[in-house]
Amino acid sequence: MTRENSLVSAQWVEDHLDDANVVLVEVDEDTSSYAKGHIRGAIKLDWTTDLQDQVRRDFVSKAQFEALLSERGVANDDTVVLYGGNNNWFAAYAYWYFKLYGHDDVKLLDGGRKKWELDSRELTDELPTRATTSYSAQEQDLSIRAFRDETVEAIGVKNLVDVRSPDEFAGRLMAPAHLPQEQAQRAGHIPTAANVPWSKAANDDGTFRSDDELKQIYSEAGVDWSKDTIAYCRIGERSSHTWFVLKELLGEQNVKNYDGSWTEYGSLVGVPVALGDEPGEA
Amino acid sequence: MCGATEGGLSLDGVNVAKEAVIQGQVLRGTEPVGNAYVRLLDRTGEFTAEVPTSATGHFRFFASDGEWTLRTLAPKAEPVDNKVVAAVGSVAEVIVSI
Repeated sequence: MTRENSLVSAQWVEDHLDDANVVLVEVDEDTSSYAKGHIRGAIKLDWTTDLQDQVRRDFVSKAQFEALLSERGVANDDTVVLYGGNNNWFAAYAYWYFKLYGHDDVKLLDGGRKKWELDSRELTDELPTRATTSYSAQEQDLSIRAFRDETVEAIGVKNLVDVRSPDEFAGRLMAPAHLPQEQAQRAGHIPTAANVPWSKAANDDGTFRSDDELKQIYSEAGVDWSKDTIAYCRIGERSSHTWFVLKELLGEQNVKNYDGSWTEYGSLVGVPVALGDEPGEA
Repeated sequence: MCGATEGGLSLDGVNVAKEAVIQGQVLRGTEPVGNAYVRLLDRTGEFTAEVPTSATGHFRFFASDGEWTLRTLAPKAEPVDNKVVAAVGSVAEVIVSI
């Protein structure tokens, strides 16, 4: 993938608002944002209720994903354009999720909701109506999803990119400064992980930095471009943002998102944990 | 300014003794700006957090002891930086004028 076929500008979206084959989808951390105003025609996906199994800690099944998209009126040949607040954290998570279930044409709105608002573009509270479809998903593409065992095996072998803030990486905080400090049993990071906060990849307005700037940021942080990469954060959404950068913008081949992330790893019994600002030893 | 709390955001439910609160309001002249984004940068300029303002232009962070920068972005305005010092047990109130 490249920037040209995975990312669209706010102007592109505005120019395609009436295109029947383009489905705008808003996904926010604050799931009430959509009700306060959204881009005309956009449907909403709620990452907590629509995209997560309500009993186990896992994603919805292929059949559930098919039912969800069919009910919301998304067809297999639609161009899905995702956007959201918080610099597209959860929109990037949904992008990765659509790719996981094999949707062909998915794009991210560069800068997300913030860029749209800063441009003074129109938001509406009108709810769109879309005819239902018969959506058919693929089996999960596990070449982009990492689980805990392969993450442990990747220590000292693959690139591990921890995209949380420096304070979370070092073990001084358990969660971002504006969110509840929750969940994992231990603070710290996976030994040998490079700390490249997701925010390094974005400009102040939420748009992505240029490919050259991005390449330099990860190179300087110690990412070895000859190795496979696993990105992680706290619950797998910020690392989707970085997965998008490495896989879709920079075109790296073997990049996985570890959606269990620190809330799983930091609660595992017997695995190594590093504290402090340095990556640590394998 | 329906819903606004005179003198800043209500601190009901916040244990101020344990938090280093930075909060305030974004104003254009005397009008609250409800569609601004406030970024919290640490002393090295590193991004720490970002929140959109409420309908009344208010924002709040739970920081830690030290110097911080608030960078405010809003439609039709240049970004504005405000330095602020936070300390656990206190509330730093900031008015951001754009």
